[in-house]
Amino acid sequence: MIWKALRGAFHKGKAMDESKLEFARQFIEAVPHAHALGMHLAAIGDGGATISMPYDLRLVGDPRTGVIHGGAVSALLDTCCGAAVMSHPDAPAGTATIDLRIEYMRAARPGQSITARAECHHITRNVAFVRATAHDEEEGLPVAVAVGTFTVERPKGGAK
Amino acid sequence: MNRPKPEPVQQVKQRRDAALRALVSGVPYIQFLGIQFERRGDELTGLLPFDEKLIGNPLLPALHGGVTAAFLEVTAIIELGWSFLWEDMEARRIDPASLDPLHLPRLPKTIDFTVDYLRSGLPRDAYARARVNRSGRRYASVHVEAWQDNRSRLFAQATGHFLMPEPEANG
Repeated sequence: MIWKALRGAFHKGKAMDESKLEFARQFIEAVPHAHALGMHLAAIGDGGATISMPYDLRLVGDPRTGVIHGGAVSALLDTCCGAAVMSHPDAPAGTATIDLRIEYMRAARPGQSITARAECHHITRNVAFVRATAHDEEEGLPVAVAVGTFTVERPKGGAK
Repeated sequence: MNRPKPEPVQQVKQRRDAALRALVSGVPYIQFLGIQFERRGDELTGLLPFDEKLIGNPLLPALHGGVTAAFLEVTAIIELGWSFLWEDMEARRIDPASLDPLHLPRLPKTIDFTVDYLRSGLPRDAYARARVNRSGRRYASVHVEAWQDNRSRLFAQATGHFLMPEPEANG
């Protein structure tokens, strides 16, 4: 996903406060596809993000079992990774996915919501490195794990 | 030589189209994204008609990266599922008329999927074609390419590994 214009949400003050979370939440939930999947931003800041997605029969990949399609889990992980990059203290002006690899460890349990947690663990002038997990409502083994690289857009005319 | 009379072309088309329809129409998520498949012989092309709900960045606007990933993954899985179904159907081991969403050949499971985003997805229709590079007894490797206006300007490509479905006990 390509991110722009979210910057102000994260970097106005020091600590992550409720109003910033609310601003970022409104921004992400206004993305048409994020809205279509019912994504909800639970936490964001300091290069980390948590986004959940409710179980929805329209997202089923196997009608015999009711298991959610991997593609919907990919969309959730991609969104969560991008949000993590945007919230990094280095304050990129925008970011876009270069590459995203997802490993599907097990089927998500039918009826349960899926929560992705992403961490931007390293950032250079040009590239952000991200890892993420997706869990259903069971503790322990994640449904999927992801690793990705993202572009780092610098603010126009910014010397930093 | 005593060749059997060739089957009428309409009958062949009808059988193959019914099998493809059974494979695709039973998956709610494929319907949710609006993905369709066009068939020429055994060759499939995935088609993702543009829709507002597929947008990831309303300012550009651009397709959501997750939609691109999902489109590629769906195309890879259907291509792989179709390759087994084709063999069974052409060998007359299954009758496509008996297929419905709850009685389908099992689809392969994704082990991993790596998407390479080459350029942003524009707000218009997208196409994808998958190639099964290896299809073994247990594992398969599939490459898939997606484009929009120009076939030679891919906007994304992906490689995935898939676990083959277990053969069902009684056909």
